[in-house]
Amino acid sequence: MSIAITSTDSTAPVFHLEHEHAHAEGSSTMLGFWLYLMSDCLIFAILFATYGVLGGSYAAGPAPRDLFDINLVALNTTMLLLSSITYGFAMLAMVRGKVAQTQGWLAVTGLFGLAFIGIELYEFAHMIHEGATPQRSAFLSSFFALVGTHGLHVSFGLLWLVTLMVQVARRGLIAANRRRLTCLSMFWHFLDVVWIGVFTFVYLMGMLR
Amino acid sequence: MNADAHTAGHHGADTDSHELPHGSLRSYVVGFALSAVFTAVPFWLVMNGVIENKFAAAIAISILAACQIVVHMICFLHMNTRAEEGWTMMALIFTIIMVVIALAGSLWVMYHLATNMMPLHDMGGTPSSVAPSGGMPVGRTP
Repeated sequence: MSIAITSTDSTAPVFHLEHEHAHAEGSSTMLGFWLYLMSDCLIFAILFATYGVLGGSYAAGPAPRDLFDINLVALNTTMLLLSSITYGFAMLAMVRGKVAQTQGWLAVTGLFGLAFIGIELYEFAHMIHEGATPQRSAFLSSFFALVGTHGLHVSFGLLWLVTLMVQVARRGLIAANRRRLTCLSMFWHFLDVVWIGVFTFVYLMGMLR
Repeated sequence: MNADAHTAGHHGADTDSHELPHGSLRSYVVGFALSAVFTAVPFWLVMNGVIENKFAAAIAISILAACQIVVHMICFLHMNTRAEEGWTMMALIFTIIMVVIALAGSLWVMYHLATNMMPLHDMGGTPSSVAPSGGMPVGRTP
């Protein structure tokens, strides 16, 4: 018995590399990135659920109707929707291999994204100035957690966009950069999908309360 | 880094444009037009108070949001049942199930959240009235 144990211990592990398939570099990136987006979706689902539970707890503080400027939200929604279509044009230019067009549409997308973040920060600053801080009530805590997390995602998306524009400028539309641009396009469109939930369930339903 | 990118460029040069999901100009324009409609209509409904019944209005804008999400999924994210041998669709279905459980479960379980809380007129008051000595405010018997 002891002989059997020592013999298994001393045997080096055998790897059957001949059974492994060859995978092209980056061939699993799209599925992997999609799985990341789905896990991100769960984060937002929990934040939506938190807002759904706490969104009516004002603690005798301001209600959505007192705080939200629906015209500003409409403008913000327009910015994000326009940035989605311009990113789509960047992808179409990328597929045709036009570097300058791709960079141009990416820059336009970045400006729309920047406008979105600017308007959102203005809204937050205005609310905080009026005393509607995250500490004020459970409604405001969950509001800032949900909308702030989305805004943080867009901010990091902008950082990623600038990084990729530098990458494309330096190395052109090589396969690796195409793959990265495709990942960012999924990220960007995904954030627009989350924003549909935000403007519908937070802002518009807040105005209906 | 340079060599790495170089080999990658050679390797995927002929296959890459086929593998990466991307839409046509038509799919983006159609998606944008539909999204614009599905965004404008709920804003119009709420800003002008078109539907008197608030519950009906909430249902209407929820349905419009669901429609717009589907449009984004198909036209912008290029979802279909064939991509990655169906695994992206499987992941999406799994995620939708998890999201529905998390949302519906939370709202259902926490529906009576405020029932055992103190009456509202105590809440904005002095700290002494908010926190009774040594007692939990929740579930307190009067």
